[in-house]
Amino acid sequence: MITRTLFNLSDTGSRIFIGLMIALAILVPASNLLLPVDSAFHIPTHVVSLLGKYLCYAMLAVALDLVWGYCGILSLGHAAFFALGGYAMGMYLMRQIGTRGVYADPILPDFMVFLNWKDLPWFWYGFDNFFFTMVMILAVPGLLAFAFGWLAFRSRVTGVYLSIITQAMTYALMLAFFRNEMGFGGNNGLTDFKDILGFDIQADSTRMALFSATVIALMFSYIICRLMVTSTYGKVLVAIRDAESRTRFLGYRVEHYKLVAFVVSACMAGVAGALYVPQVGIINPSEFTPANSIEAVIWVAVGGRGTLTGAALGAVVVNFGKTTFTTGALAPYWLFVLGGLFVFATLLLPKGIVGTLGQLFRKRRNKPSDQPAPAGIPEAAE
Amino acid sequence: MTIATTDSVLYLDNVSVSFDGFKALNSLSFVVRHGEMRAIIGPNGAGKTTMMDVITGKTRPDTGTVMFDGSHDLTELDEADIAILGIGRKFQKPTVFESHSVADNIRLALAGERTTLSALFGERNNISTERIDVILERVRLLNLREKLAGDLSHGQKQWLEIGMLLAQDPKLLLVDEPVAGMTDAETEDTATLLRDIARTHSVVVVEHDMTFIRALGVKVTCLHEGSVLAEGSIDTVSANQRVVEVYLGR
Repeated sequence: MITRTLFNLSDTGSRIFIGLMIALAILVPASNLLLPVDSAFHIPTHVVSLLGKYLCYAMLAVALDLVWGYCGILSLGHAAFFALGGYAMGMYLMRQIGTRGVYADPILPDFMVFLNWKDLPWFWYGFDNFFFTMVMILAVPGLLAFAFGWLAFRSRVTGVYLSIITQAMTYALMLAFFRNEMGFGGNNGLTDFKDILGFDIQADSTRMALFSATVIALMFSYIICRLMVTSTYGKVLVAIRDAESRTRFLGYRVEHYKLVAFVVSACMAGVAGALYVPQVGIINPSEFTPANSIEAVIWVAVGGRGTLTGAALGAVVVNFGKTTFTTGALAPYWLFVLGGLFVFATLLLPKGIVGTLGQLFRKRRNKPSDQPAPAGIPEAAE
Repeated sequence: MTIATTDSVLYLDNVSVSFDGFKALNSLSFVVRHGEMRAIIGPNGAGKTTMMDVITGKTRPDTGTVMFDGSHDLTELDEADIAILGIGRKFQKPTVFESHSVADNIRLALAGERTTLSALFGERNNISTERIDVILERVRLLNLREKLAGDLSHGQKQWLEIGMLLAQDPKLLLVDEPVAGMTDAETEDTATLLRDIARTHSVVVVEHDMTFIRALGVKVTCLHEGSVLAEGSIDTVSANQRVVEVYLGR
């Protein structure tokens, strides 16, 4: 088991990825905290936070790649799992504020006082405890994915129909969270966080710790996904993606295989959301918008579906592009660029950046290759 | 003629299926005994594929009994259950996992645990290469074991799918048009292979190719409009006036 684990993580992609993650987790905080501000190698805190945000997105992309790239489930609702994890973390952070809020109520967050609520709603109980919050960060998206996936996969909803209902799910949650009566801060969401585990959330050291935590979480997400897809389980997932009914006729319970991948993926998305919230300082219902889920699909498509490393790379590259484009004169054109990127990736780079590089690399290695290129990944909606 | 269901590996009685009023199967009854190989012929639309769909759980019959191995009511079960019980199916259009290697196709088909847990952490990951190679040897794909299944020729895919059936080691094999698109030599080899398989398994073969059916040398059932038209040796069936009419057009 252990040798198999090590073997499955010994490919070039995994080595580069894991090496890079370890380097980032150590060097970036070191540069920020230890080097003098005027040093050329000093990375300012706001840049680290931005990078941390990208890496949360990368984690969401890796989670999405597990279900889309390997199992053909084109989920347009992963933003929901991300946002739910984020809200769970946000609730913990709200309860940490205590009497430092504008209304200085020791129990109730500001927005509840503002709405004239007298008691804490039952679903806010326990969120003052960090351990309980961590459980919820995994459990809430996980249970939603389980219930949703159980019904959808058992009824054999696939392809476009599945994509549409996942999108409907996140849209419904968005509308629900917009309502003040839901008890999650309505339109404004949760913000004004003060500290996490007793550490000031604005302090450089806390921000660096959050960054490192994000990098490590991303690394473990990658390792978990990689071990899953290199096991026989992963081979069955790919078999389901390419010929679902054939897999069923071989005696595999397709719905169970899909459900495991979907739930694991949702939990990962939840953790990504939970790490995202303290770094950006706010969570509100707009995180649930279907457009966010679609953007995540674009990251994966650009980076390379079914590669895991590509998904992470795609998320960072596209979001770097987004940051560059949405600041300054080019701001009005970002959506055109994003759309264009998706069209470009689909038409010219169907395997994405990493998939295409891998193909070139293989071709160069066995030069007198008489082997045709590997069969392309069939259309997502199959 | 009454045959006790316990003698039979497959027992269909009075099975009807209709799609939007079209009767694909019309009170079809037929029995396959243990260890028997049976060939099914019939013109297009005779209900051959629908019959396979009913047996493998893809289609639920409107009425009728479908029993497997004497005691299992197949109309109550779904595809995965039926496959685990021991019915393997080869499709009309060869369906292999194109982005997996030839060896991995066999690996996934091999009999054994099929739960997610076993595939993630357990036994399913410890399948020996020897077990795979024995099968590949038999379907003559050993030298292609690392090739992607999607890159195989049509005939090779057919054989790979038969190999997957062997790996599943079912009690009953349903083989839908195994020699479609094969050369004469390949057809002959396939007949030899199937006869060989039939020594240890019950087999139902659907095929249009009469030379192939003749080469199999087994009892033939001719379907027409969803029920049995004639049954017997290939010579008896092909001499039957009704069969000739059906094949030559009404």
